[in-house]
Amino acid sequence: MRTKDFVERLFTFIAYSIVFIAVIVTLLPLIYVLNASFSDPYYVSRGDILLYPKGFYLESYKTIFAEKEVWQAYYNTILYTFFGTFLNLTFTMLAAYPLTRRKFFARSFFSFFFLFTMFFSGGLIPLYLIVVKLGMYNTRWAMIIPPLISVWNLIICRTYIQTSIPEELIECAKIEGCSEFRILRAIIVPLSKPIIATLIIFYGVNHWNSYFNALVFLRNERLQPLQLYLRKVLMASSPDLLQSYAVRLDEVSTRMQLLFTQIKFSMIIVSILPILLIYPFFQKYFVKGMLIGYHNTIFHICAKISRLRCGNEVKLDSIAGSDLYI
Amino acid sequence: MKNKKNLFELIARDWQLLTIILLPALYFIIFHYVPMYGLIIAFKDYRIGKGIIGSEWVGIEWFKEFFKSFYFVRLIRNTFLLSVYNIIFSLPVPIIFALGLDEIDRAWIKKTSQTLSYAPYFISTVVLVGIMYNFLSVHDGVVNVILAKFGFKKINFWSSPKWFRPLYIGSGIWQIFGINSILYIAVLSTIDPQLYEALAIDGGNKWHKVRYIKLPAIKNIFIILMILSLGQILSVGYEKVILMYSPSTYETSDIISTYIYRSGILDARFSYGAAVGFFNSVINFFVVIIFNFIARKTQETSLW
Repeated sequence: MRTKDFVERLFTFIAYSIVFIAVIVTLLPLIYVLNASFSDPYYVSRGDILLYPKGFYLESYKTIFAEKEVWQAYYNTILYTFFGTFLNLTFTMLAAYPLTRRKFFARSFFSFFFLFTMFFSGGLIPLYLIVVKLGMYNTRWAMIIPPLISVWNLIICRTYIQTSIPEELIECAKIEGCSEFRILRAIIVPLSKPIIATLIIFYGVNHWNSYFNALVFLRNERLQPLQLYLRKVLMASSPDLLQSYAVRLDEVSTRMQLLFTQIKFSMIIVSILPILLIYPFFQKYFVKGMLIGYHNTIFHICAKISRLRCGNEVKLDSIAGSDLYI
Repeated sequence: MKNKKNLFELIARDWQLLTIILLPALYFIIFHYVPMYGLIIAFKDYRIGKGIIGSEWVGIEWFKEFFKSFYFVRLIRNTFLLSVYNIIFSLPVPIIFALGLDEIDRAWIKKTSQTLSYAPYFISTVVLVGIMYNFLSVHDGVVNVILAKFGFKKINFWSSPKWFRPLYIGSGIWQIFGINSILYIAVLSTIDPQLYEALAIDGGNKWHKVRYIKLPAIKNIFIILMILSLGQILSVGYEKVILMYSPSTYETSDIISTYIYRSGILDARFSYGAAVGFFNSVINFFVVIIFNFIARKTQETSLW
C-alpha cells in the first residue's frame, strides 16, 4: 500500500509542477518587459534586471507620449474597435436570429450559405481587388467592413439564442401580433446580454490586435492603427527611427542605441496596458462565451448533422456551479 | 407548378425574417462569394484597366508556372511541415495543463492559474513577435546576454532558418495553451463523480483515473478540434510568419500564404497570386473532407 500512496503523491506533485511551470512561463516574459520598461537602459542591455526594475527611468514613457504618431495610432485603433465592434454585433445578430427560427423556410439554406465560407474562400487577392473596386482602399472602411461577420461568432450567437431563449416565448409574441423586427428588438436583444458581452470581447479584441488588414489595405500613415505603428517601431532596426527619437532626447550615440532598445519595452507596455487592465473584468464573460460557443456548438454540430453520439451536451447550470469561474 | 406556388407562399409568410437576414447575406455575397467568382482571374491575365471580362484567357498558365517554379516544393514543404508540427506540438499542451489543473484541490490556485494562463492570448501578434524580437536579438537580447554571461556563443535567432519553426511553434503554444485548455477543463469538470467512485472501489489510483475516465471523456472534443484545425492546414497563421520571417530564413519560413502576399499584393501579380490562392483553398477544402472521412471510418465522432 505504500507504493500506492507514493504513486498518488508523485502524481499530485507532477500535477502541481505542471501548473506552476505553466504559470511561470506565462508570466516571466511579461514581468520582464514591465521591469525593463522602467529601468535605466544601461542595466537593460547588460541583462541585469529580472524580477524588479533597476535605475528607475521614465524617459522612454515621456518620449512615447510626446510622439504625435502614437496618439494618432491609438486614436485610430479606438475608432476601428469601437465602430467596428458595433457593426459586428449588429450584423451578427441580424444574421443569427433568423437562423434560430425553426419554421423559417430558408433556414438550412442560409445556414449552409454562411457556413460554407469557412471551408472555402477566394483567398487574399480577389478580396483585395474587391476592396479596391469598391473604393475602400486606403480608407477607414477597409478596416471595418471586410471583417464584418465571423462565421464562428455567428454560430456561437445562434447557438446561444437557440438554447437560452425559449421558442414558446417567441411564438407567444407572434400570436400577440408582434412583427419579427419587434421580437428581435424587444425580446431577443435584451435577453442576449451575456452573448452580446462575449461577442464584444471576441470582436473587440480582434479589432484591437489586428494589423494585417491595415498592412494590405492602408497606405496612408495617418490611418494606421496602433499595431501597425508598433510593427514599424518594434521590428525596425533602421537608424532613421532612432534619429527621430534622438532629436527629443539629446543623448550621445551609444546611449541612443541602448535607449532605442529600451524604448521598445515601454512601447509594448503602453500598447497592452488597456487590454490587461480591462481583462480581469471581462474575463468571466470571455470564459462563459468560449464554453457556450465552442462546447455547445461542437455538440450541436455533432448532434444535428451526424446524429452520432458525441458525449453529453454541457448544460450551463452544471458549469455555473463549479469553481471554473472567478 | 405546385412547388413554385409554395415558394412564393413561403416568401410571403417569412418576408420579415428574409429582410432581417438580407443585409448580412449581402455582406457574405460581396466579400466572400464574389471573391470566389473572382478566382476566375486565376485563368486569365487580369489587368485592372480591362476588368475581369476584358482580360485575356491564359488557361492554366499560372498554375503551370507555379508548379514548375523553383519555390514550389519548398513552399509546400514549409507550409505542410509548419502546420503539422504546430498541430502535433500544440495540441497536447492544453490537455496536459487541463489534466494538471484538474488534480488541484485548492480553488484559489486553480482560478488564479487559469486567469493568468489566458493572459497571453490577448496580446497581439505584433506585440508577441516584438517581445520575441527583443529577447532574442543578437546584440542585446536577454537570451543572448545571459548565454554570453555563461560563456556560450550568442545565437543569431532571426537569420537562421533552423530556428524559425521552433520559435513560431513555441510562441504559438505560449500564446494559446491557456485559452485552449478551457474546453478541456470544462469537460473534465462535468464528468460524473460516480465513475470516480466506481474506479476507487475497484482499486484504481490517480493514474488509472486519468487513463480510463478522463482521457476518454476528452477524446471526442479532441478529434473535432483536430479536424477543424486540420481544415486550416494550408493557411497556417501567415500573419505571424510575415512578422517573423526574412529573406535569410525563407528556406523554412516561406509558406504558400506569404508567397501569395508577396507576389500577389507586393508585386501586384494579381492573376498569379489568385492562382496560387485557388490552389491553396482547394487543397484546404479536400483536406477537411478527407480527414473527416477518415475520422468517420475509425471513430464515431465527425463533423458530419
